[in-house]
Amino acid sequence: MNFLAKIHVNYKPSVLDPKAEAIKTALTRMSMDNVSSVLYGKYFELELTADSVAAANTQVDRICDELLANVNMETYRFELEEQSEVRE
Amino acid sequence: MRAAVLSFPGSNCDRDLLWALDTMSGIDSELVPASAEHLDNYDLVCVPGGFSYGDYLRSGAIARFSPVMSSLREHADRGGLVLGICNGFQILCEAGLLPGALQWNRNLNFICEPEPLRVVNTDSAFSNVYSQDQEIVLPIAHGEGNYYAAPDTLAKIEANGQVIFRYVDNPNGSLNDIAGLTNAAGNVLGMMPHPERAVEQLLGGTDGLGVFASLKAQCEEATTNAAR
Repeated sequence: MNFLAKIHVNYKPSVLDPKAEAIKTALTRMSMDNVSSVLYGKYFELELTADSVAAANTQVDRICDELLANVNMETYRFELEEQSEVRE
Repeated sequence: MRAAVLSFPGSNCDRDLLWALDTMSGIDSELVPASAEHLDNYDLVCVPGGFSYGDYLRSGAIARFSPVMSSLREHADRGGLVLGICNGFQILCEAGLLPGALQWNRNLNFICEPEPLRVVNTDSAFSNVYSQDQEIVLPIAHGEGNYYAAPDTLAKIEANGQVIFRYVDNPNGSLNDIAGLTNAAGNVLGMMPHPERAVEQLLGGTDGLGVFASLKAQCEEATTNAAR
């Protein structure tokens, strides 16, 4: 089975993200005063093959936990889409 | 006493560290590539500063999967001394050998300045020749040196006395002004400031020599005790 994993990695709410704060400052300079918060994260797409949805879930979870996110300061979530064939 | 200085693709403080250990501190030292499979017969393994693997994804995140890292973990697990400086500190956190993580500096600037620090714990292998609360100046040079740990982890670190160096004027937003700390066992230290860049007057100061002198004293004491 072919899967596409769409993975989001973000800072935990308890971590002050200076990059998001810098973007918010720029928005204020654009007079976008109605923007109350900015979250700046990372987005990944992985294509993989696995025997089952459960196996793909387990593997992507491990990839996130051990590599894509530093769980000391970041959280992650992902969606799995089953694909008929691998994208070119 | 024998020391290894690991060299990753993108390390740029490895030779400075070798100079500080070998030439300036009289510690028999050699460079070991990140591709090495073994780390035997070293008392101390140093993880130097730089931009290992381009700092892609997060600082230290890719270096953590280098072949040498499993040997480094074994060395640390059997009580061997490990010193991580700057990017080395980031790598040790990513590898889980030290608690917490290093985030972007609060002001988003890459800061390259001499920085006053306080030695807040001298009962360690890395600081035993300094005096308690001694103020020293070491250069810092980092964009991601803002130390973060979850509240419960931070409380444990403080309760165990794992913090060795604190910033006098916190430059990067680090929690509790933490500039350098050890693991719970005390044999692994990570620090953002660069002691290897303060080992002779030509470099602007010699305050960094104490880190290497402390390690030497620790190893000599261990050898003396073993001979008894």
